[in-house]
Amino acid sequence: MRYLLRIFIIYIFTINFAFAGADGENSFSKKTGEVKDCFENVNRATFAFNQGLDNILFEPLAKGYRKLPNPIKIGTGNVLSNISNLITIPNNILQGEFKTAGINTARLTVNTTVGIFGIFDVASQMGFVKNYKKEDYGQTLGTWGIGEGCYLVLPVLGPSTIRDLSGGFVNILGGDPWYNLTIKNDTQHFKESDYYFSKGGDGLNFRAKNIDSFENLEKNSMDFYASVKSLYLQDRRKKILNSNSITESQDDSDWDEIQSN
Amino acid sequence: MIKRFKFIYIFLPLIFFSGTSNSLEPNIFIQSTVNRASQILGDDISKGEKIEKLKIIATDTVDIKGIGFYTLGKFRKELSDAEKIEYTKLFREYFLKSFSSRLAEYTNPKIDVQSQEKLNDKYTIVSSILIATDIRPEVKIQWRVYTKDPDKPLIRDLIIEGLSLARTQKEEFSSIIQSNDGDIQSLFASLKKFINN
Repeated sequence: MRYLLRIFIIYIFTINFAFAGADGENSFSKKTGEVKDCFENVNRATFAFNQGLDNILFEPLAKGYRKLPNPIKIGTGNVLSNISNLITIPNNILQGEFKTAGINTARLTVNTTVGIFGIFDVASQMGFVKNYKKEDYGQTLGTWGIGEGCYLVLPVLGPSTIRDLSGGFVNILGGDPWYNLTIKNDTQHFKESDYYFSKGGDGLNFRAKNIDSFENLEKNSMDFYASVKSLYLQDRRKKILNSNSITESQDDSDWDEIQSN
Repeated sequence: MIKRFKFIYIFLPLIFFSGTSNSLEPNIFIQSTVNRASQILGDDISKGEKIEKLKIIATDTVDIKGIGFYTLGKFRKELSDAEKIEYTKLFREYFLKSFSSRLAEYTNPKIDVQSQEKLNDKYTIVSSILIATDIRPEVKIQWRVYTKDPDKPLIRDLIIEGLSLARTQKEEFSSIIQSNDGDIQSLFASLKKFINN
């Protein structure tokens, strides 16, 4: 009961905050305007801190990780992807995607058992799962029509918004079965460090895949902070719409007035 | 007689089509453009030479002026004629430097054009994939092609895994201007700094 109350209070608090930041724009659509950078000075300072941390720690680690043999990298990626199903499935249900929830549950079951804790992506090889897409509580809030609220840069974790941070709170309040198994409940099967290793591994995997893109972007940006912010917000918008169609994820009217060469 | 027939056979189509426009399908335009770029990137020449050759392709196939005005967003309406001329020149230099140095990092990328979707008379989206390598996963790339003049299609945007480069650029420029109290000259100064670096 106490947990439910805590969820409710934080939910109300964060949603109000999100609405306040969204300037009355609650519905999420391709017409959604600019996301406010309410804490820009703090965000820029945190971004600089994160960049420093990245230079010292994450980038060298990611470069080392990238040198590992391919089967190890693929296996690690598969295990992390399999664990992510534990958050994706409840979010599929909350978004009304019951068929996808069923498919992802089958994927989780097959890969955890036949695929040996997810090391082998047997489900994809069997061909019944195509284009697995991770979902989280921030995305679910987005599909429910809640605006991003203010843009945030979190220490270590990086770009976020008030809405996505609210979604993150749901994980630690019982919404993430992997967190419940490793940290919240003493199941004797897992340790707290398993959770932190998986989250760290996720970050490392992402960083390793994007080393060249980040270097390239940083080198060619006049305002790297603004570029990362734009890419993060575009990516979230695309994920919430669950669409690969540009006409749905981009506002085409921007181009209408532009004359030719 | 046979020779004369051959001559007619070869040149008749040319004569026949010479008076009509040769509209270029956007997907063929993109595939030929990426093939040209890929060939340069795979050539055994210096990085500097590659950059110069890539700049020629970009000038030929990208609507640099159009992208420049798009990236200005709401600020484009506030420019004087003199500022427009200065901005067009600065953006062109900035774009060519940024674009070619970004691309020159790749060695022999293989891009396969897969499909195209006509949005309207002005725009077609061409979908392609950058083939995966040992160190890089497969990447989906979509090209916004401006087709108002079907004989001379031009690239206006690259959308990589759903993320628009033109939009990112637009928001970066907007951030620079807004953090300098809306002064467009601050953007000009940043562009000059980038170009001269």
